[in-house]
Amino acid sequence: MSQTTFAPRLTSQRQRVWRTFLRNRAAIIGLGLTILVMGVAIAAPLLAPHDPLEQSARYRLAPPSETYPLGRDTFGRDVLSRVIYAGRVSLVVGVASILLGCTLGTLMGLIAGYAGGRVENVIMRLVDVLMAFPSLLLGLTVLAVLGPGLEKMILAIGIMFSPGFARVVHGSTLSVKAQEFVEAARCVGARQARILRLHILPNILGEIVVLASLWTASAIRVEASLSFIGLGVAPPTPTWGNMIRDGTPHLMNAPWLSVFPGLAILITVLAFNLLGDGLRDVLDPRLQE
Amino acid sequence: MLRYIAQRLLMAIPVFVGVVTIVFLVVRVLPGDPAQAALGDYASKEAVEALREKMGLNDPLPVQYVRFLTDLLRGDLGKSMITASPISDQIAHNLPYTLELTFTAILIGSALGIPIGVYTATHRNRLPDYIGRVISLAGLSVPAFYLGILLILLFAIELRWLPAIGGGDRNNWQDNLSHLILPALTLGLVMTASVARLARSAMLNVLSQDYVRTARAKGLQERIVLVRHALRSALIPIVSLTGVWAVSLIGDSVTTEIVFSRPGLGKMMVGAMLQRDYTALQSIMAVYTGFVVIINLITDLIYGLVDPRIRSK
Repeated sequence: MSQTTFAPRLTSQRQRVWRTFLRNRAAIIGLGLTILVMGVAIAAPLLAPHDPLEQSARYRLAPPSETYPLGRDTFGRDVLSRVIYAGRVSLVVGVASILLGCTLGTLMGLIAGYAGGRVENVIMRLVDVLMAFPSLLLGLTVLAVLGPGLEKMILAIGIMFSPGFARVVHGSTLSVKAQEFVEAARCVGARQARILRLHILPNILGEIVVLASLWTASAIRVEASLSFIGLGVAPPTPTWGNMIRDGTPHLMNAPWLSVFPGLAILITVLAFNLLGDGLRDVLDPRLQE
Repeated sequence: MLRYIAQRLLMAIPVFVGVVTIVFLVVRVLPGDPAQAALGDYASKEAVEALREKMGLNDPLPVQYVRFLTDLLRGDLGKSMITASPISDQIAHNLPYTLELTFTAILIGSALGIPIGVYTATHRNRLPDYIGRVISLAGLSVPAFYLGILLILLFAIELRWLPAIGGGDRNNWQDNLSHLILPALTLGLVMTASVARLARSAMLNVLSQDYVRTARAKGLQERIVLVRHALRSALIPIVSLTGVWAVSLIGDSVTTEIVFSRPGLGKMMVGAMLQRDYTALQSIMAVYTGFVVIINLITDLIYGLVDPRIRSK
């Protein structure tokens, strides 16, 4: 695995990363799918053939047809348009909650790893406790008390994922901290904040990006589960989870109500998983086989 | 080994207390008045105040906390705020359904996942490996409740082989079992995907080690090299991570119970949540925590069996 080359390095690190990424077929598919799903969500008003909220009692549970390719739901609303619009909620929650969790967790991990001592102990024991528990259950409890809503959902899921980031960042901070360039920076009198920002953070950024994309996939799955349980964004706003929930009583006669939103979840989560796997192959040299 | 078990038992206590404390704080500190919630929005101020007093919500937080913990230690899970019946009765009715579901699923997940992982690792970059990787990626991406719906559509509605809804008759094991298969398969398959993935990479790691090459070089049968040399040390990471997946499976069991309308803790919890029955919610979370602690303990025990370094300590 360690094939030493003595040729001078002519390409920059960024070019190398980009080239390795382009060679990874799964990663390209993941990136393409992610862009596609995001594009559809952003362009929802242009793409949706009908108003996602327009009801029509006459066409209750109408099966898929030419003008309504994915059929109509219990209120006669167009399932395709609803699936397209629902993507907005899932993606906003997925991305925003991971941004929140990533920021919180990275801060916790950096501080714990760099400060050491009692601060480290308190933070990491809290992380241990939070990680010992199924995150979905904690999210459920927080949401049950806060009540449903978009911002609350983002908050709950963000908090759920922060200990994971904290644990990984803590570990990497410890190993980077012990390296000589950090010691050198300290010797020339750099302040702690500067060392953390300029010397430690850039070195662990790759790992954070990989985790963030993999956990965006999980966050979207969690959002769908919470919406499915009935704790998500309030109706009539469509989410993939609440569409499936509304569809389950009609599995016998109108399976399209549940099948298509579920497919949308599957594709979106798959996209982020592929992207994350690809990024890991590129950015995390330790895992390269 | 005994010391190891005792040590693990002791370490489970802070986790249990920690989670229970977080749940207690979430319920108490976040906005929302349990008494108001129990009586509804139109209750008079006096009635709410009286109920708060009766429920002990007016006492200082530390007093409430100590009372909550001591009640819990005595096995007293309190009374439902809505029906006033003891919560432990409801849990006793629902717990067996959740137990049989999760343990069957964990069994399915490990029994399928580990062999698939080992097999794909030994056939690396060949057809079975590609198929296995695609399937496990799909399994990692599908929410449990959606897989449940797909299984219902296939096995219950299309083929009519199995019932889709309910927990079955407790006194009739065949009926009970037929109701268990689909939900357990749902959770089990989700877990299989993750276990197969990690078993594959653990196995690949080991297979590139020198001692495996040595075993092959001295002419041992491939089967013996795989099982006695490679798998034995690959099992160490596999066991510890399988434990992690088993715990996260408990989270998915909630949505699975809802899809299949199965009685169980998950359904009970969502019911308590929608009715804002905070005492019930708190107690159910405590039971779940106990559940998680037990799964972690079992993982640690198996870990001890698999890793001789731990046994000898």
